Amino acid sequence: MTDTYFEILRPGINTTIQDTGRNNLYHIGITISGVIDQRNYKLANNLVNNKLTEAVIEFAHQGPLLKLKNGKINFAITGDIFFNVIRNNSEIEEGKCYQNYILYEGEQLDIISTKKSVYGYLSVRGGFKLEKVWKSYSINTKAEIGPNNGKKYSINEKIIIKKSIKENTEIKKINYKNSFNNIIRVIKGTNFDYFSNEAKNIFFNKKFSITRLADRMGMRLDGPNLENIVNTNIKSEGLVRGVIQVPADGKPIILLSDHGTIGGYPKIAIVISADLDKLGQLTPGTDINFKEVSLEEAEHIFKAYNEETNKYINESN
Amino acid sequence: MIKNISNLGDAAVYCDFGAEVSEKINSNVINYFNHLTNLINENKIEGINNLTPSYNKLIISFDLTVTNFSKIKDIIQNINVTNNSKKNNKKIEIPICCDEEYSFDFDRLSKRLNLTKDEILKLYLDKEYFCYMTGFIAGMPFLGDLNKKIRCDRLQTPRVKVPKGSVGITEQFTNIYTYESPGGWNIIGNTPKKIFQKLNLKEPALIKPGYKISFYEISKKEYLKFND
Repeated sequence: MTDTYFEILRPGINTTIQDTGRNNLYHIGITISGVIDQRNYKLANNLVNNKLTEAVIEFAHQGPLLKLKNGKINFAITGDIFFNVIRNNSEIEEGKCYQNYILYEGEQLDIISTKKSVYGYLSVRGGFKLEKVWKSYSINTKAEIGPNNGKKYSINEKIIIKKSIKENTEIKKINYKNSFNNIIRVIKGTNFDYFSNEAKNIFFNKKFSITRLADRMGMRLDGPNLENIVNTNIKSEGLVRGVIQVPADGKPIILLSDHGTIGGYPKIAIVISADLDKLGQLTPGTDINFKEVSLEEAEHIFKAYNEETNKYINESN
Repeated sequence: MIKNISNLGDAAVYCDFGAEVSEKINSNVINYFNHLTNLINENKIEGINNLTPSYNKLIISFDLTVTNFSKIKDIIQNINVTNNSKKNNKKIEIPICCDEEYSFDFDRLSKRLNLTKDEILKLYLDKEYFCYMTGFIAGMPFLGDLNKKIRCDRLQTPRVKVPKGSVGITEQFTNIYTYESPGGWNIIGNTPKKIFQKLNLKEPALIKPGYKISFYEISKKEYLKFND
């Protein structure tokens, strides 16, 4: 039987396969990976009737140009994305996020770019034909772990789709709008008191901007200097997504999905779980403000965030 | 044995075993790590994603849709951890080339330590090191303790790219970059030896906590010819 697959005519800037990530390996230095924007990932899978933990294609800024070979598929794109579907009669159909489409053999999917965001998700009904590495499909390009030898996709490579669809699926849509909000809520970090009163004040009251040094590992921020009055190094210890560490230069670094598993810079704060999706989507040059919340508040906000995600999933039709 | 338990954000527990770095405290951490690993494998705890042991801390990250900080904290406070560490004193020798091409920070180190490159290297190569933990990037070993005369802080601003194989020092520790990665350690050389092999799914890391490691110097010619 011939495989149904995407031929990559243009790879895009950072096109990888991602799922919920790779657990239980921090202790040997293998990080969690997985999608940056969990909600958009789940919605993408929901739109093509996949289980919510199915692997998807994640792209950043400029997405890939893909040509479908052999068969017919059902796909959806989520995020804030410009894309076109190039039909076999050369007609160009402007794509809409949050609805599913049928793509026929020979047709192309041109994911031109994200709008005011960084990441987008492409799901295909049934998922992709790939091998899991340590129980996950996520590609970790720094450690070169995962499908495609742990590398991002390049031109002329193939991404094989598990199965071609037979029936025409019903159009499914979700009425969803990404909200971009520059207030990032945090819980004080384990080294909060390493910083001067002035630095603490600056941290919660001044703007920090996201620099170009931002990728799946983390984001370096620029802004007023955060003065450390105790020690600019700590004994290296475990890290998690969302940790904001401040090296000796006084400029914060926020850790994302491909972060190092341990590190020795003081942790001034940790971004709450509910704000990680929107944080990851902020483009270089964006100014952000940090707002303190308690652990209890963070847990409530997460519960509401999770319920909201489920509401969109349940309301999809 | 745990001095303090706090939250690291809303989805991780921070277990503090003390401020000092010693083999004794580190084995306490490893005992807890092993005990919790067993409980997870026997499905006796729900929702834990990762355990990260380090010199004197254990970080437990969890799935906030399944559990929360207070539930995990209760479990940690009520488990009875006994000394279950198997002594693992395997010794490994690692080649290192310190040619200018592979070492970037001898000038910085010489100024701060008031020692020549040769003096620093001699003190470095004379010692056998203990592996406290692995991590940051896959398989990177954190080894100690360096001779007191060659201890130096991290770089002010971490490098965006440290080449694979680089050997770094900071404070009383030394490590090996198993991949190209950002990093702020003082780089004194590079090893051609494979420290982490992702294709070996069962035993990807050459060096594990508890191992004893020593370094020997090789020339650039030997480096280029080195075959693992």
